[in-house]
Amino acid sequence: MSDLNSVSNRRITISIYRSESRSYVDYTVPLEDGMVVLDAVRYVQEFIDTTLAIRWNCKAARCGSCAAEINNMPKLMCKTRIDTLPDKIRVAPMGAFTNVSDLVTDVSENYMINRQIPEFKPDERAERPWRIAQIDVDRTKEFRKCIECFLCQDVCHVIREHKADYVGPRHVVKVASLDMHPLDTLDRSEFLNREGGLGFCNITKCCQEVCPEGIHITDNAIIQEKERAVDGDYDPLLWISRKIRHNR
Amino acid sequence: MRSDILIIGAGGAGMRAAIAACEKGADVIIVTKSLIGKAHTVMAEGGIAASIADVDKADNWETHFSDTIVEGVYIGDWRMAELLAKEAPERVYELERYGAIFDRTDEGKIMQRAFGGHTYKRLCHIGDKTGLELIRTLEDKVLHSKAKIYDEIYITKLFIKDGRFAGALGIEMRSGDFIFFNAKAIIISTGGCGRVYKITSNSWESTGDGLALAYNAGARLKDMEMIQFHPTGMVWPPGVRGLLVTESVRGEGGILLNTNHERFMLRYSPEKRELDARDVVARSIYYEIKAGRGTAHGAVYLDISHKGADFIKRKLPGMYSQFMEFAGVDITKEPMEVAPTVHYQMGGIEVDPYTTSTCVSGVFASGEVASGLHGANRLGGNSLADILVFGKIAGDNAFEFVNGKEFTEVLSNEIESEIERVKGYIREGGRNPYNLMDELTTVMEDYVGIMRVGDDMRAAIKRIDDLKIRAREMGVRGTTKYNHGLLGCLEVENMLIVCEAIAKSALMREESRGGHTRSDFPKRRREWKRNIICYNNGGVMDFVTEPVPDLPDNLARLVKPEVYEDE
Repeated sequence: MSDLNSVSNRRITISIYRSESRSYVDYTVPLEDGMVVLDAVRYVQEFIDTTLAIRWNCKAARCGSCAAEINNMPKLMCKTRIDTLPDKIRVAPMGAFTNVSDLVTDVSENYMINRQIPEFKPDERAERPWRIAQIDVDRTKEFRKCIECFLCQDVCHVIREHKADYVGPRHVVKVASLDMHPLDTLDRSEFLNREGGLGFCNITKCCQEVCPEGIHITDNAIIQEKERAVDGDYDPLLWISRKIRHNR
Repeated sequence: MRSDILIIGAGGAGMRAAIAACEKGADVIIVTKSLIGKAHTVMAEGGIAASIADVDKADNWETHFSDTIVEGVYIGDWRMAELLAKEAPERVYELERYGAIFDRTDEGKIMQRAFGGHTYKRLCHIGDKTGLELIRTLEDKVLHSKAKIYDEIYITKLFIKDGRFAGALGIEMRSGDFIFFNAKAIIISTGGCGRVYKITSNSWESTGDGLALAYNAGARLKDMEMIQFHPTGMVWPPGVRGLLVTESVRGEGGILLNTNHERFMLRYSPEKRELDARDVVARSIYYEIKAGRGTAHGAVYLDISHKGADFIKRKLPGMYSQFMEFAGVDITKEPMEVAPTVHYQMGGIEVDPYTTSTCVSGVFASGEVASGLHGANRLGGNSLADILVFGKIAGDNAFEFVNGKEFTEVLSNEIESEIERVKGYIREGGRNPYNLMDELTTVMEDYVGIMRVGDDMRAAIKRIDDLKIRAREMGVRGTTKYNHGLLGCLEVENMLIVCEAIAKSALMREESRGGHTRSDFPKRRREWKRNIICYNNGGVMDFVTEPVPDLPDNLARLVKPEVYEDE
């Protein structure tokens, strides 16, 4: 952070939500080339008010800890450059989760949901070591890019309005990553449709728009899983044939 | 809270240990400083080193063993290297059975890539996101196990009663409550200490907390001077300075150039070139920049654009977006600017190679926080293999240890006094911990960096002593609830211990070996084929050196004999 301490005449004002006063407080910080919102927020926390609660870790857009709403858009603070924003910058915690303090929210429900998703269950008869085609790897790769920032959960209007009924986009992506594994033997469509409440999703694609990893959440995971659910309900044979189709 | 085994740290090592211990039937609690799934393991890019020989048929555990010893410059523990080389393949296949996916060869086998210092193509990977795949797979496995997870807990102290581990105190960040964890054994898997340096690829978490906790509890630290400077970190923009540029860029054919457009590695290492061990490449880059052949940002160029956009976006998608988004550089068209960055600690808590137990009964350690395997320089890909192999060994052996043992009680007044100590940092008018952290990391960067000299390190030790005195005045406002400033105070205390150990060990080692380079002792010296041990002697940090255990004959014949220039 000393780079931020270096002599610079340029300054910006950033408005950050404080939970104690339930209001936004303005802070002025020095501006550096290529600076991101997290740099500014960390400067405030370290050198202006150490009581500001923030959550961050890798600062490289790989861990997904620093999710927030920047000028009302769900974004990673470490990946949002100040020079892409208008003069007025407002940082708020994710609104779909219970606030813990300032910019920190309680995302623990996501881990509870993960626990409910039936685990990967490989075909025990497959000869070891496994042979898998690269094309099958490529199919599941997209879903495995997820860094669990939960921005998609944050933006999902179904979750914001009917919290308990729908697991949310992150978890549909998780299910897709398991379902697309060529050696997986489970059918999770019943889980997604019953406990998962997938039917509540009306495909507004908001989740896809905010994904920092560019995962086509709606197009490639949600719609596919919805179709799979319909097919599976009426045609288990089709599901089985999909599962074994990869075998070469 | 009570459990047979307490694991601190939920990176690869901690989670693999939890899985092993749960499978044996132990009652396990795993606590982590960050949220689960966010640990620094997630940043690992290149892959897992394992001699499964899916790509290069000639590979085998013997070669992996030999590479690890030779590139660790002969001060690594051969027993750990042997375990790693032999067990890594099974740990990779097992991870695959847990649900991890790897890129494949045309035959459908696991794809392996070349990496610095490995004789053969050995790194099992998925694009440049192997760490994410590993951590997500283990996270799913742990979430579906019986292990109880407490995330965002900061452990402040380990309690030892009658020479045996008895429990640990932590602050639950979200509530601000203190929790006492009573357990029969503890596995420390808290990762490294990269954040004691200014320019580092390491996450917020990596402040060496586990090292300090173990040291204060009576465990020994080994080879703390051995810090790995990764050759290629980002240099611009300033906010991402130090951020890792994966070795896979070079593994996939990237070349290093100075501002004269010279491929300088041909001069420093004509055979291995860009894929020599990390210490060699990092020093070469350092020399080029020092000689005035670096860019205005103090960097050299790393170029992979000749491989074409399709190849780069498929093999290095993370690097492509990292440079595009942070620096506005399109690596399919332009070179990257890179310079060395602190990446890994080879040294750490001394452990028994076969059980990962420390000299304190009931205290185990695995992963980056432990020492021995990597000697003076770690090979890329050996850290992910390390956390899987030794994570499992730690879990298995902690279970063996607790089996049939009773809990040891800790007196409540001892717990109370620790709570008072922590709460003591909350006060008006205290010294800002971040100013001290800033000063400390600058001292380490400037005086105990990639190129070391006696006078600098003596100056660093003096500055650390001075910072210790000023640290007594640290304090922050607020409460114990989600107070990063409070954690900052506790972290500074830990970092001061770690920095003292690094600086003093580095001053002791009067030679250049692996990650430790001294301009006043530029050669490797046979009399320093020793490990430096540091321990807490009644509040004073003391040091001893011990000879590196000799290789048994059957392993010695696998390894190229060590050559010393002056002999």
